[in-house]
Amino acid sequence: MSSSDAHAAAGQHAHNPNLAHHFETIEKQDHAVRLGMWLFLGTEVLLFAGLFLGYTVYRHFYHHVFHECSRTLDLSLGTLNTIVLITSSFTVALGFHAIKQGKNKTCAALLAVTIVFALTFLAVKGVEYHHKFQEGALPGKWYHFAEIPDMHANLFYTVYFLTTGLHAFHVIVGMSILAWLMVRVIKGRYSASYYVPVELGGLYWHLVDLVWIFLFPLLYLI
Amino acid sequence: MSQSNDAEPVYPAVNYLNADRGVWSWLTTVDHKRIGIMYLVSVLLAFLLGGIFAMLIRIEHLTPDPTIMSANTYNRMFTLHGVVMIFMFMIPAIPGVFGNFCLPLMLGAKDVAFPRLNLLSLYLYWSGAALALWGMISGGTDTGWTFYAPYSTTTPMTVFPVLLGVFVMGFSSIATGLNFIVTTHTLRAPGMTWMRVPLFVWAIYATSIIQVLATPVIGLTVLLVGIERIGGFGLFDATRGGDPVLFQHMFWFYSHPAVYIMVLPAMGVMSEIVGAFARKNVFGYKMIAYSSLGIAFVGFFAWGHHMFVSGQSVLDNGAFASISMLVGVFTAIKVFNWVATLYKGSISVKTPMVYACGFLFFLVFGGMTGIAVATVSLDVHWHDTYFVVAHFHFIMVGAVIMSFLMALHYWFPKMFGRMYNEGWGMVAASFIVLGFNATFIPQFLLGNAGMPRRYYMYPERFTALNVASTAGSSLLAFGFLIIVVYMSYALVRGPIAGSNPWDSRGYEWDTPSPPPKHNFDVTPVITVDPHSYQNPGEEVEHVIV
Ligand code: HEM
Ligand SMILES: [Cu+2]
Repeated sequence: MSSSDAHAAAGQHAHNPNLAHHFETIEKQDHAVRLGMWLFLGTEVLLFAGLFLGYTVYRHFYHHVFHECSRTLDLSLGTLNTIVLITSSFTVALGFHAIKQGKNKTCAALLAVTIVFALTFLAVKGVEYHHKFQEGALPGKWYHFAEIPDMHANLFYTVYFLTTGLHAFHVIVGMSILAWLMVRVIKGRYSASYYVPVELGGLYWHLVDLVWIFLFPLLYLI
Repeated sequence: MSQSNDAEPVYPAVNYLNADRGVWSWLTTVDHKRIGIMYLVSVLLAFLLGGIFAMLIRIEHLTPDPTIMSANTYNRMFTLHGVVMIFMFMIPAIPGVFGNFCLPLMLGAKDVAFPRLNLLSLYLYWSGAALALWGMISGGTDTGWTFYAPYSTTTPMTVFPVLLGVFVMGFSSIATGLNFIVTTHTLRAPGMTWMRVPLFVWAIYATSIIQVLATPVIGLTVLLVGIERIGGFGLFDATRGGDPVLFQHMFWFYSHPAVYIMVLPAMGVMSEIVGAFARKNVFGYKMIAYSSLGIAFVGFFAWGHHMFVSGQSVLDNGAFASISMLVGVFTAIKVFNWVATLYKGSISVKTPMVYACGFLFFLVFGGMTGIAVATVSLDVHWHDTYFVVAHFHFIMVGAVIMSFLMALHYWFPKMFGRMYNEGWGMVAASFIVLGFNATFIPQFLLGNAGMPRRYYMYPERFTALNVASTAGSSLLAFGFLIIVVYMSYALVRGPIAGSNPWDSRGYEWDTPSPPPKHNFDVTPVITVDPHSYQNPGEEVEHVIV
């Protein structure tokens, strides 16, 4: 720590190790990281927006084929996954609630449950992908699905794999964040007086859930 | 704390430049000022590189037939030039360098909100730039910086690393923007209400909104082109039912707002400079601040003006044309306010002020040709000709480079504590302003006479104007050379500047030059409005340090 660092830290807040030197109060810092997270979530929404645009355009162009293709997705597995993700959003919220009250063990357990849900989601998605690979219901030039002649059906699977693939990638990232948070919760790094990282991790997880809540009806239902 | 004229200027013995020593201390720093300096070095290198490619292109066009390179090399040259200038120079230039350096100082903050994210953004920029350059050197890309599908998805050249590089640099841009927004919201010094935020900060704030909201879309778009090349997913492939025009929409959804990522910060610099060199309060502070937000907002709905000849419906064309004109309205609001600030001011003609005059001219001229190309019927004639090339160079080289140079000269003493030579500054500025006009005015004429852009050869009758343009570009290059020489000299030998050599009322001048590592020992308290030159003779008193 340089001399000026020490000078800055000599103020009223020298005792709080979670407060960065350039913020005056922990409230300000919390406000900043929350705002940062919301902006980041905004960028995530726009990232997906590009793919949703692709979906909209091609659904509009090839309305009929898209409808037919959507029937080939496994509705029961899709529904199962939707339930899994919504429940996981609930458990992560409960985990946040627990850490706010200083219940580290409960919080860690709830985060663990959330991670198990995430793994379940990925496993089910894997099964679905596997079916599609076997049937040849694949994107672009890989398409050789016998049941539906390729009147641009390949584009449906392009959109399907791109959107669910990008989403699955987010599930993996979100799951890793939750795991990291869980370890730190167990180590006692967070408590009733400092829990913002858990809150932000939870927010990210809600976004992952939210994207799916749009993908599910668009791909499986209509 | 401003310097009174008779006092000997001082160079603070300990400052952010020498507080820690060694390359490692720079590479691991989280100090926004050092990160700004590293951005400065990086974007200057990028500018040099892009400039060399530009000169090669101009030399190639000295004669109608092949001059110094093959057709394929020519295609690679204009792609290199575009990608380097847009993604490695223009976009990070003013926010990355002067935004980083000045924004926290102007807000009275000790750093940006997320210092480590700030450093990460620099590393992302470096990695993205390295990737893109490696791709272009190892194989070369011939798509132009616009990567239009289906050409970009089928050309046998190496496109993927370049796309990936642009993708990675996009994250850098997002991180910077996010950081600035949060900093502006949460780290303003006590007393700095929103209506006391300096105009440069307003401009950077508006820019950041665009960076955060538009960049994810280009990220996804270039990624899709990459996937398309490797996986053959058919998304932009008409033979599989895909739609190449969809690519254009997604590309311009980012790339039109991206032109405001470049020009808004330039406008912000101008707003600081007019007040400081006319010694007057900036006229219409609120109008200038809000028009930045206006441009950011309207800029999101104008992208279709790049696609008038892509088969868009007449209704869409009309709508995009009208919305584009609104940008002109907001820009004009700024221009009128700047001119009103200069009116009856006691103007001191220093190098930054000379660039400011150049800026005004180029922005107005470039903007008016923008309005002209936004008129659908005219654009059908001008689209993809040198007219468009001249239009955007007037804005991007004309206005934005002027502004970058203005900022460099104005904040140089702040950054390094030394002064450059005013006389040489003027000489270089004259070369640059004249050389610039000589380079691009012929290109308007060429475009109007029908010379298409990105063509390797041209008919005989275009020779004279092409030679004129190449001659102009060498004047321009010579001007930059002069700057390199006197700035390098100033860096080591320049006279000590003192904390506030311009006697400016910008808050950033209330720290010593160069500033100490942590900017302020005690958080400043802001008690008067920004850009306040009400009583030019008085001591600056709005900050208690
Ligand atoms: C009054 C404001 C402006 C209007 C109405 C306007 C309008 C237009 C239009 C209609 C085009 C498309 C022409 C064509 O392709 O046929 C265009 C191209 C372009 N403009 Fe502007 N413009 C304005 C300001 C700017 C600014 C501020 C910048 C940059 C800082 C800029 C940069 C560009 C670029 C880079 C292109 C060409 C892109 C390409 O095809 O490579 N424009 N502008
Ligand atoms: Cu545009």
